[in-house]
Amino acid sequence: MSATAAVPQVETPFRRFVSEFCASPLAVGGLVVFAIIALVAILAPWIAPQDPYDLAVLDIMDGRLEPGSVGGSGITHWLGTDDQGRDMLSGIMYGLRISLLVGVGSALIACLVGASLGLLAAYAGGRTDTMIMRLVDLQLSFPTILAALMILAFLGKGIFNVVIALVIVEWAYYARTVRGSALVERRREYIEAAMCLALPTRRILFNHLLPNCLPPLIVVGTMQIARAIALEATLSFLGLGVPITEPSLGLLIANGYEYMLSGKYWISFYPGIALLITIVAINLMGDQMRDVLNPRLKK
Amino acid sequence: MALYLLRRLMQSGFVLVAMSLLVFLGVYAVGDPIEILISPDADQIEKERAIRALGLDLPLWQQYLVFVGKALQGDLGRSFVFNEPAIQLILQRMPATLELAFGSMFLSILIGLPLGLYAGLRPNRALSKGIMAGSILGFSLPTFWVGLMLIMVFAVQLGWLPSTGRGDTALLFGIPWSFLTLDGLSHILLPAINLSLFKISLVIRLTRAGVRETMLMDYVKFARAKGLSPFRVTFVHVFKNIMIPVVTVVGLELGGTIAFSVVTESVFAWPGMGKLIIDSINVLDRPVIVAYLMMIVLMFIIINLAVDILYTVLDPRVRLEAKA
Amino acid sequence: MRLVLAAFGLALSLAGAQAQTLTMAVGAPVTSLDPHFHQLSPNNAAAGMIFGKLVEDDANGVLRPGLALSWSAVAPDTWEFRLRPGVRFHNGNAFTADDVAFTFARIPQVPNSPSSFAGFVRPIIRIEVVDPLTIRFITNGPYPLLPMDLSNLYILDRETHANATTEQFNSGAMAIGTGPFRLVRHANGDRIELERNDGYHGEAPAFARVVYRMITNDSARMAALLAGDVDVIDQVPTADLARLRSDARVSLSEIMGLRIIFLGLDHGRTDASPFITDNEGRPIARNPLKDVRVRRALSMAIDRNAITSRVMEGSATPAGQYLPPGTFAYVPDLAAQPHDPEGARRLLAEAGFPQGFRITLHGPNDRYPNDSRIIQAIGQMWTRVGIRTTVEAQTWSTFIGRAARAEFSSFLVGWGNNPDGSHPLRNLIACPSPERGWGNSNRGRYCNEALDQGLMAAMRELDNGARAAQLIALQRLALEDLAIIPLHNQTNIWASRRGFTVTPRVDELSMAQSVRPAAGR
Repeated sequence: MSATAAVPQVETPFRRFVSEFCASPLAVGGLVVFAIIALVAILAPWIAPQDPYDLAVLDIMDGRLEPGSVGGSGITHWLGTDDQGRDMLSGIMYGLRISLLVGVGSALIACLVGASLGLLAAYAGGRTDTMIMRLVDLQLSFPTILAALMILAFLGKGIFNVVIALVIVEWAYYARTVRGSALVERRREYIEAAMCLALPTRRILFNHLLPNCLPPLIVVGTMQIARAIALEATLSFLGLGVPITEPSLGLLIANGYEYMLSGKYWISFYPGIALLITIVAINLMGDQMRDVLNPRLKK
Repeated sequence: MALYLLRRLMQSGFVLVAMSLLVFLGVYAVGDPIEILISPDADQIEKERAIRALGLDLPLWQQYLVFVGKALQGDLGRSFVFNEPAIQLILQRMPATLELAFGSMFLSILIGLPLGLYAGLRPNRALSKGIMAGSILGFSLPTFWVGLMLIMVFAVQLGWLPSTGRGDTALLFGIPWSFLTLDGLSHILLPAINLSLFKISLVIRLTRAGVRETMLMDYVKFARAKGLSPFRVTFVHVFKNIMIPVVTVVGLELGGTIAFSVVTESVFAWPGMGKLIIDSINVLDRPVIVAYLMMIVLMFIIINLAVDILYTVLDPRVRLEAKA
Repeated sequence: MRLVLAAFGLALSLAGAQAQTLTMAVGAPVTSLDPHFHQLSPNNAAAGMIFGKLVEDDANGVLRPGLALSWSAVAPDTWEFRLRPGVRFHNGNAFTADDVAFTFARIPQVPNSPSSFAGFVRPIIRIEVVDPLTIRFITNGPYPLLPMDLSNLYILDRETHANATTEQFNSGAMAIGTGPFRLVRHANGDRIELERNDGYHGEAPAFARVVYRMITNDSARMAALLAGDVDVIDQVPTADLARLRSDARVSLSEIMGLRIIFLGLDHGRTDASPFITDNEGRPIARNPLKDVRVRRALSMAIDRNAITSRVMEGSATPAGQYLPPGTFAYVPDLAAQPHDPEGARRLLAEAGFPQGFRITLHGPNDRYPNDSRIIQAIGQMWTRVGIRTTVEAQTWSTFIGRAARAEFSSFLVGWGNNPDGSHPLRNLIACPSPERGWGNSNRGRYCNEALDQGLMAAMRELDNGARAAQLIALQRLALEDLAIIPLHNQTNIWASRRGFTVTPRVDELSMAQSVRPAAGR
């Protein structure tokens, strides 16, 4: 959201954006839910009933307790426990932290890398453009899920490694998006005018070209956060991804996956719901932003 | 144009070589296939024999050169595990994956297009809002989770459809296809739905966005002002226009669908290429991994090239010369 | 009347036809139908349905006559096998001693084999075909294990298979044996279709047709059983055991298996071990695991009953030794180490670690049932006695390479035993030695020369009583010294729909001849 603050310059757009964004109750709802989720994730170490990452406080004798039961340590497990005796509520709170960290972190870095390269490609053209775009092709020609699998197999597990893998597989989307819109914008009169005025390249790039490429970038970025969160979940499900003792939402779901058929639904179900709500909230915001930021829908 | 194509093809060839090198190094870095494949009580003599038998005794760069040499003659190596040509293994599994991918694309258009059309034409109706909210759900559901849910509800609880596997096949052009038999169709339905969820949402959204944009276009306003029936306006003027992006994106998604079928295929035990590649990664069956990824890359390159050319044809503002 | 009878007969035969087909789903894919291409359990199971062996092993791992009726050591270095007369291959060719000689010559020569059976024929230095039904194997010195080794080798026909390639086996053209089933169709990695071999010399299989499917995903395999798509599955996920036990539509067949799950420890380094630090995260100059008191403390800290009952949901038995009861040279009266956290703390203090230390426990997450759950549970238990444990699970493909290079300080791994006390000792405990061919899976680099000398003697002892006594003593020695920490023996479980019953096998092989229609049907 703060990224949109960079848009102004031309007086009203930001305010108009806010008021149009707020026109959709769904989007506002998404924003509110996302804010709450983010807050819970940030405050997890202080508000969670248990530190789910500390093996010393877990007890397998408390494993797979039903929601509402009281475990050996005296904690009431409102959402039950998983196979290790991990309190699901605490696990979800901490899992949200990791999922959001991975999602937002990888999206931001990938956006930074991708947008810079995309802009450069569009502006510089020629050999630079060719090289960057072939790199993009190389990246996009490799199925995301398989690329991430290979990278993680190579790097090993770990939150940081997951972020790296996601950045490597996602930067190309931003580069492509930015280059695409920058190519169109570049031929517009105002850029040609700026070039005629012999403004410094950097200024044209960042003050004129970038702001006009931002709308699609923001939309792609928001959607990519959701995608990254889902991708991390899939990777963890396939046995790569985050370490087993520090589960993200995806790994919590994967842990409970085997227990679904045997009726112990809560291990997989609640983290699934948390994941779903998070992704839906982000997508709701992104969706409305897409509508608001699309100039062709302006009446 | 011809020069541009030639250039692109050469660049693509370069991409292919770079990719094979990366994969080669990547597999090498992950682990040692011998340790996985060999019986745990095999002794040193047996281990060394196996290393030689699989050509792993050479230095890595020599192994790569051997691979390249054979690849130029169309031989991508033999599977360590199956002792059959990797390409042959992949081609054997390909029809299953292709019919799953096309089945899911067919479903996504069949379901997504009408819903998207409705949501675009009547954006303020409650049903439209519901469709859009549903499409966001479709974007957000993790595939593996939905797969199991589908099995639980439709196969285990209701018993309407078979849970896993591929059904009876019938021959067409000498290739066994399962969509030609009733049993086969009943098997393909659940995995195809699972794989199509994401794309249904995509088609709904593309269609709706396209309809909304097109309805504001002057030529549509003009057509309506002219007094043409809403039906005609929708299905002739609007529909024709929105089909271009929908078909393009869905076409672009084909490669991704084939690649992502890895997850669906392992949940539904679908005997396609995706399951083969997961199994091959698990045992580091390098020839199969390399061959599979090369094929996928080739497919993506071709699709991307086609789309790029299509774009330049459709949008004159983006010129090929600007790229080359 | 006649019409009624005919209709009745038709109905009966229809019901009969239904019962005539068995559909089973297995969790591990068969990669080849060439019985000598890849030494791998699923391949052995498939071969076991199509081909025959000189010596068969029954469900409990006991050796039984197969294509050989009897065998004996006629001299210290000579085994004589008397073959079964009148046996024919699926294509009608007669089985003779010459086919055995051919088979044993082929075994070391299968091209591109990633793991051959050559090790089983290497002790044989010469083969003598005495007459068509008698064959002698001259071994390199006395070799008591030959009959057991031969229970791994599937016999081919010289006439049929003289130039047969692995591809021809896979395509089905050459998948011709003496086994209870003949091949109908093979779809690689998907299914094998079989029909009963009516000329089979042993007990006739109960089903005329078999569809042998491979469904590697646990939940999918389970769902296929519950949905009625398959009649029998193997490798039942432990998560579903409780529910299945109370489900009248399904019955379970269980047996304590030959696979032991254990912890390997770093014995190879006397200085710092890579994944052990003190409580401040600094490396410890000497490897604490070299001290048997520390090893014992680690073992005492583990609550094996909690693991088998909670994590494994009853599908494992706490292990105090390498082999399950009923095997050759099982150590009598040696129970699993009881859970004793107090004793563990005391021993740690005695060894000079009153405040414990930090360790990383490695393990695979896709190899054994609940592998990553077990190491987390052990992490909890060790942390409680003061050994702060980090748990790291990896895919098998990454894990096994690192384990083989002895990169870990402590790790969980499993071992599928042969039912003979020397098997775990030779492979897991003996010093790694290419000359002796021992210690091939000794990934902790334990080495005890006295034990190896004793083992050498036992391997040349043809008298079973004396050999058993020697092996029992050697196992006691290794267990006392905690060369590895045994955790539990897995239970092998098959689930079948009502109307089918499975004879469970200790060696985990899933074969169609183990399935029969349930009694009282």
